[in-house]
Amino acid sequence: MSDAATLTKDDAALAAPVEIERRGQSAGARRLTALLLYIAFPGAVLVIWQILASAGFYRRAILPPPTDIAVVLFDLVFGSLGEAGRYSGSWSDHTLNSLWRVFAGFAWGGGLGTLLGLLIGLSRVVEKLFDPTVQVLRNVPVTAWVPLSLIFFGIGNQPAIFLIGLGAFFPAVLNSTHGVRQLNRTLHKAGQMMGANQSEMLVRVILPAALPSVMTGLRLSMGIAWVLVVVAEILAVRSGLGYLLNDAYQFYRNDVVIASMLSIGVLGFLCDRIVVFVRDRLLEWNRLESYDG
Amino acid sequence: MAEVALDKVGKVFESRSGRVNALSAVDLRVARNEFVAIVGASGCGKSTLLNLVAGFEHPTGGTVRVDGKLVERPGPDRGVVFQQSALFPWLTVRRNIAFGLGLAANRSRTLKGPSVDQILKRVGLAAFANHFPAQLSGGMRQRAAIAGVLVIDPGVLLMDEPFGALDALTRSLMQDFLLELWEENRKTVLLVTHDINEAVYLADRLVIMAGHPGRVREIVPVDLPRPRRYALQAEPEFIRLRDHVTRIVRDEAAKAAATEAAGVESAAA
Repeated sequence: MSDAATLTKDDAALAAPVEIERRGQSAGARRLTALLLYIAFPGAVLVIWQILASAGFYRRAILPPPTDIAVVLFDLVFGSLGEAGRYSGSWSDHTLNSLWRVFAGFAWGGGLGTLLGLLIGLSRVVEKLFDPTVQVLRNVPVTAWVPLSLIFFGIGNQPAIFLIGLGAFFPAVLNSTHGVRQLNRTLHKAGQMMGANQSEMLVRVILPAALPSVMTGLRLSMGIAWVLVVVAEILAVRSGLGYLLNDAYQFYRNDVVIASMLSIGVLGFLCDRIVVFVRDRLLEWNRLESYDG
Repeated sequence: MAEVALDKVGKVFESRSGRVNALSAVDLRVARNEFVAIVGASGCGKSTLLNLVAGFEHPTGGTVRVDGKLVERPGPDRGVVFQQSALFPWLTVRRNIAFGLGLAANRSRTLKGPSVDQILKRVGLAAFANHFPAQLSGGMRQRAAIAGVLVIDPGVLLMDEPFGALDALTRSLMQDFLLELWEENRKTVLLVTHDINEAVYLADRLVIMAGHPGRVREIVPVDLPRPRRYALQAEPEFIRLRDHVTRIVRDEAAKAAATEAAGVESAAA
């Protein structure tokens, strides 16, 4: 019984992944059920919306039916029908403008925020220097920065990228600080015991341990960047999906407003998936540790 | 292989709630390749003693030496196996075991320990080399942690309740496994445990500690033949020794409880 090999066999059963098998359903049928569940709710909303709008319960222009919006969105993108009027075919320009601002703001805000957050977590001196300022400023809503940023930068890309980056900055700071602080004491001791010097400790122990939290911060930063790009494009710059949405609102083109909203929602979702994809590539081990892995 | 020497070691913890005399005038010598187990009720300072030898804590009195050298900080000459296996969750089993070898401090040492592949086989984890710690059972994790310490070839092995978090059956198997490893390749071992059965089974000598303040109450040699196997635990000699030690530890625990109660009363008065 004392043989290491006998131990291994018992342990192998423990370590094998547990498949929960659902009875009476093939894999194809299960996938179909899942798909139906995914589309059931949005499908029902669209159908009811279509019926209410077509039946004439209210004026079509206030809340156009999904089919009208689909046509307008098609024309916004391709410009071949003329349904979107003066906005026809302008989608890709606005989208590229918004995407560029989101990624520029995310890059400086998320990058600088992560760096500062790690330093605050690592050094008591940096913490004393910057943490009180961060804690106060993060309670100022980013929208409150709009007047000052317009005065400093004027109308254009600069205030937009400034505001988006500012929004992305704070979640990155807080989460990367947390990532450093939550390092397991035993792992720190183990690193010291193995003989790790300070730089080895940082690179091989502290930073890998902080990475899940850093990625959580960056995911929140990306979400906030999409909120703020719309705010910035309504108030500080004359292009982008937020501008399109606001301009169409001024001209009572609610179909274009909703098409813009839909575009922002889908692009925001895709950007979130990119961050999640990168995170899952970097953190395969972390999925194993957590419940939903 | 090294020897450990503690001379009049004291450790006082100061905090806002007051001073705690964790260790007082502890003298202890552990010879080269000797297996010493430290037992005692909780709060008697046995983990503190181990932390001092490991270099995680500094004594407030006396000296701790390993091979004549004053202990100042943790280092790879004193390998530690923790109760909660200290595996890095982001590294595979193989990379965890190889962690120490990649550090500058160990590249400059001459290591006579086993290679990563040898030790993976020896601890029965060759098939799990590319698994992450989260995919292992408690016993496997602890074997991986022991393997990671053995490859950096420490002169002293310090173990702080290494099997305390395992179920009774796995713990018993791990004791046999450790015994075999040690009999194959002897090292100086200092094992802290609250499991008296485990201490008698594994050690050459038992250090029984008493609390308030933490001190060495008695040192009991274990004159049981080696190599030892599981059946030994049913021998009258083993049982007699275990009961003897249990009685001392229980007496001390009862005294400590009485002191604490009296302390509370006098504080109230």
